[in-house]
Amino acid sequence: MLEAVATGLFNGLIYAAVAVGLALIWGITDVINFAHGDFLMLAMYVAYWLFTLGHVDPTLSAPVAACVLGFVGFAAYALIIRPLQRAPPMIVILATFGLGLVLRQLAFIAFSPDYRNLPDTWLSGSIRLGEISLGRPQVVTGVVALAMIVVLFKLVYGTRWGRALQAVAEDRLAASLVGIPCDRVNAQVWMLGSAAVGVTGALLTSFFYVFPSVGAVFGLLAFVAVAMGGFGALPGAFLSGVLIGIVEALTGYLVEPAYKTASIFLIFLLVLWYRPRGLFGRW
Amino acid sequence: MKNLLTVLFAACALAFANSATAADSVIRIGAIYPLSGALASTGSELKGAIELAVDLINQPHPELKGVPGATGSGLAHLGGAKIEVVFADSQGKPEIGQAEAERLIDQEHVVALIGAYQSAVTKTTSRIAEQRGVPYLNPESSSPELTERGFKWFFRTTPNDETFIGNMMQFLDTLKSVPTKRIAVVYENTDFGVNTAKAVERFAKQASREVVASIPYSAGTASVNSETQKLAAAKPDVAIFASYTSDAILFVRTMRETNYAPPVLLANDAGFIDSRFVSEVGPQVQGVLTRDVWANDLYTMKPVTKQLNDMFKARSGGKELNGNSARSLQGMLVLAQAIDRAGSTKPEAIRQALAATDLSADQVVIMPWAGVKFDANGQNERGQGLILQLVDGGYATVWPERYKQRQDLPTVPFAWKR
Repeated sequence: MLEAVATGLFNGLIYAAVAVGLALIWGITDVINFAHGDFLMLAMYVAYWLFTLGHVDPTLSAPVAACVLGFVGFAAYALIIRPLQRAPPMIVILATFGLGLVLRQLAFIAFSPDYRNLPDTWLSGSIRLGEISLGRPQVVTGVVALAMIVVLFKLVYGTRWGRALQAVAEDRLAASLVGIPCDRVNAQVWMLGSAAVGVTGALLTSFFYVFPSVGAVFGLLAFVAVAMGGFGALPGAFLSGVLIGIVEALTGYLVEPAYKTASIFLIFLLVLWYRPRGLFGRW
Repeated sequence: MKNLLTVLFAACALAFANSATAADSVIRIGAIYPLSGALASTGSELKGAIELAVDLINQPHPELKGVPGATGSGLAHLGGAKIEVVFADSQGKPEIGQAEAERLIDQEHVVALIGAYQSAVTKTTSRIAEQRGVPYLNPESSSPELTERGFKWFFRTTPNDETFIGNMMQFLDTLKSVPTKRIAVVYENTDFGVNTAKAVERFAKQASREVVASIPYSAGTASVNSETQKLAAAKPDVAIFASYTSDAILFVRTMRETNYAPPVLLANDAGFIDSRFVSEVGPQVQGVLTRDVWANDLYTMKPVTKQLNDMFKARSGGKELNGNSARSLQGMLVLAQAIDRAGSTKPEAIRQALAATDLSADQVVIMPWAGVKFDANGQNERGQGLILQLVDGGYATVWPERYKQRQDLPTVPFAWKR
């Protein structure tokens, strides 16, 4: 039981780590990035190839993946999102969806649909806490996720730049009237959110397989976490991610592993039913 | 007008005359395989295997010794008649396969059908053969229900999924150094997994073993921690897995990270024999056991298997015989031998000859079976699977005994390599 909760907690931190980038972009720029899972996939391939070709451990390639993904995020914003600024929201959503499909198909062509795996990395192994045995990569990824959310939280809620972000999120027109460069802020948010998923993706490769559709495995959970946490609420997305991990683990332990996914969506439905704006949503 | 009619009549007469003479020296067999669509690559390999079998029957190959059925001079009891195979493309779809089966029987006048790889397509195509009273030989489909329909014209040379689970139990009986009483089965909740679990449940009882945990999971999940914890908590002697590649990888990594090793880790084929699994996770799971229909070390067992493999490679652009193509090749040889023994192209005569098939292990050259003999439902009761163990980067046969080449195997209990 205790072991189930502990593994659930760390799995939840990993889901949260995938979700924070998505929540950040959604919260500030108002765009749901349906290519988020595929950004994760790109980050995993970056780490995979760095290890396979250059023997760079995923722990070291995490910053590299963050930079690469930051650039991808910037390109996505500059080439796709910004030109569509005045288009109806549905068009923007479909555009990110299309971007995701293109990335996935390109990965299929470039990397083949094979499942790839890293052999043992620095993180491989397990950690024993009394009766409980946990995978070390999961624990490290969870801790990094926690650190990442703290940093992002400080950035958004504790700095002058963060206040500009919030202003843009609140009212774009008013923000530009007081001299905030909205375009630049949006681009920065896309870079930051994508860099966050870059770090997570690189660390994931130390315990998860890589293939072109791997984004779908975590992407859906990230969307649920963000929607359940509430629109625009970073801590909400984080806590929902953790909640998902624990609910999943408890269902698997107490009921039946086959019902894990169903239990997540049941909780999601209940939250939406009683609190449509999400657990921490502002509106 | 009159002229035109005459010409047409003459043409018809000619065509009829042609087919009449051809029927004397050529036996037409219809083959249905997925030659286009998602399974096209498998389909083309199977087609190559069937063509190789036909070549062995029709053309002399003095270099080959002891391949029963591979006479090289056609069918002796039919005056040296040659076999001609008419291929039809099912596109991997049951309804298209069905239409093609009708066409092959009604328009191409084939004397027997062979195919169709996928169980779902075999199901519809064999139903047409049953209705029309044409013998049907199925070399590759493994769904147990195909031979539970009470068909009169249906014969299956390959062992089915239940046989395979039965084989697992027989293999476990041979393990004396570790207990094998408590069995856990971990399976993805699809047809493949659920059928595996059901069969394990049934055969375990017959072998007076106990299923201590039955753990279904949904494929493509983000973590398998709960599944692994449940498995570990049940403390099984044997853990049987029915998983495809991605989940197989995740299970192996998760169990290893949490330091749990089932004493006997036995897979039901699928993900555990995937080449990526073997090359990338393989080094960490040395000692994992799997059920299979075919093993690469069979090539070194009998020189003739290697010869056949070389012939197949030359025709297929470098691809080796595998569990699928080898079964097609074997099936075609069995069918041709039956037609030869029937000494006739009459459907009933061929059916009776198939039903009377009685081949020993030595007469079945390619597949590692105890022979071919069909039961009342048309299932080959002498077919069997193999149990392989992963050692030094590849799978080696450990059961049945007579195909085992390394006497130090199998190594149990299972433990993780550090």
